[in-house]
Amino acid sequence: MNLSKYLKVYTKFLHTSLASELEYKTNILIDLVTAILSLIGSIFLLSIFFQNSNTIGGWNFEQALIIQGIYTLLNGVANTWFNPNLTEIVKHIREGTLDFVLLKPIDSQFFISLKRISPSGFLEIMLGIGILLYCFKINQIHLNLSFLVLCLITIICSISILYSLWFFISTTTIWFVKTWNATEVLRSFLYVGRFPLNSFSFSLRIFFSIFIPIAFITTIPSEVFLGLTQLWKIFLEVIVTSVFVITSRKFWLFALKFYTSASS
Amino acid sequence: MRFNLINHKIFTLLKVQYSNMLEYRVEIALWAISGIIPFFMLNIWTNNNLNESISISEVMLSRYFLCAFFVRQFSVVWVAFSFEEDSLMGKVSPYLIQPLNPFFRYFAQHIAEQITRFPFALIIAFFFFIFNPESIWIPNFDILFLSILSTFLSFLIQFLIQSIIACLCFWTEKASSIERLLFIPTLFLSGLLAPVVSFPNYVKSWIYLTPFPYLIDFPANLLSGNETNISGGFGMQILWLLLLFPLFKKIWSEGTKKYTAMGS
Repeated sequence: MNLSKYLKVYTKFLHTSLASELEYKTNILIDLVTAILSLIGSIFLLSIFFQNSNTIGGWNFEQALIIQGIYTLLNGVANTWFNPNLTEIVKHIREGTLDFVLLKPIDSQFFISLKRISPSGFLEIMLGIGILLYCFKINQIHLNLSFLVLCLITIICSISILYSLWFFISTTTIWFVKTWNATEVLRSFLYVGRFPLNSFSFSLRIFFSIFIPIAFITTIPSEVFLGLTQLWKIFLEVIVTSVFVITSRKFWLFALKFYTSASS
Repeated sequence: MRFNLINHKIFTLLKVQYSNMLEYRVEIALWAISGIIPFFMLNIWTNNNLNESISISEVMLSRYFLCAFFVRQFSVVWVAFSFEEDSLMGKVSPYLIQPLNPFFRYFAQHIAEQITRFPFALIIAFFFFIFNPESIWIPNFDILFLSILSTFLSFLIQFLIQSIIACLCFWTEKASSIERLLFIPTLFLSGLLAPVVSFPNYVKSWIYLTPFPYLIDFPANLLSGNETNISGGFGMQILWLLLLFPLFKKIWSEGTKKYTAMGS
């Protein structure tokens, strides 16, 4: 398990997948327009909510915009890495090509999660960062080093939780074979992450904190960005993240024991 | 005789596709679950008392979103994705030889899927009524008939638009990204996330000329008993169908002339 080998392999992954993706240049352009339109659409929706009301769940429009920024950033990450790779798992299992992955002298989770990259997600990441910078300005947030470190930690945590959730659901394919729309269910639930958790009723809030931890994915990071959060929430987030990452890893190794290849 | 033959064709196609779809019950159930976003939106609307500003009572709004869910369930279209896959895999060539436009096959697939989906949608509606018993209502027969008709017309409009996009596969290979682009305005402007009445005036002034409000907002308003212009809505739906159908025929005949089978 040496790091330099994995880095070297990863640069090779980057090279091959970028080369194949750039074959479809107009496709990337259309995806860029889609990302921009989708952002405009969700800000439009937010503005409808705020049309006749100053706060929603205790958040005003400028603060709610931060959640949009974080959501866009995370969606970009998901579209760049998670979506192209983890939907492949289903294909690997159905066609039995997972055999070839398992035979390689490299960690199978690493291979399966990072093999491909889709460059059109980059713009979404940049759009997300742009909105966050704009939000810093309109919310008059003062940047300093410790604040930036905290922001970075929470963002990394939410990306890890998102990845673990996605990977966990994709892993269940080993038993059920055709579950690629289970990730579609996850996607539609994650959609709720565009709005502050407090704007939902109490029972839904519980649901979105425990079963699908949207609270940890977008709401707590936004609170950190606004400087509203207490330190214990950040600790909690780190603990939840490690639980998620470790569980999904263990679950993958467990599931592999049940993999019997296709037509055998 | 000729009529009998067509009848026979339709019946056989439907029967085949229905038994095909029954194989994928779990998948379809998951699709149905992934459509419950309108309920989350309803929760934001009522939990923040946003419905007061657009003068729709809570009960009427919850009926609206339930109907929006139903209309969406029975007007989901994915023909662009199926056709793209088939055309990339070279399956379109044998279809083209048959004395039947391949889009009839996809059409039957969609109808069969809707029949399979119906019980799942009913179960979800049942749970919705358990949580919101005050919103139970029984629409009278005329309204029910008209709203089923308008949902079907909405499905036809979306099917035609997507078929036109699918035909672009003859030129670009990857038409699904155009479909994803077009899905964004459909998502935000059709009334799935917020009723069109709540839109700001600068949008309302032009939106009724586009096909979007007639996809979900119009049938959902009709079914839920909210105020809507019935004859105007149907008129616009039929007008859009009359515009789109010749366009589809044109692009189909141009495309098939352009078509070269994979590997030839």
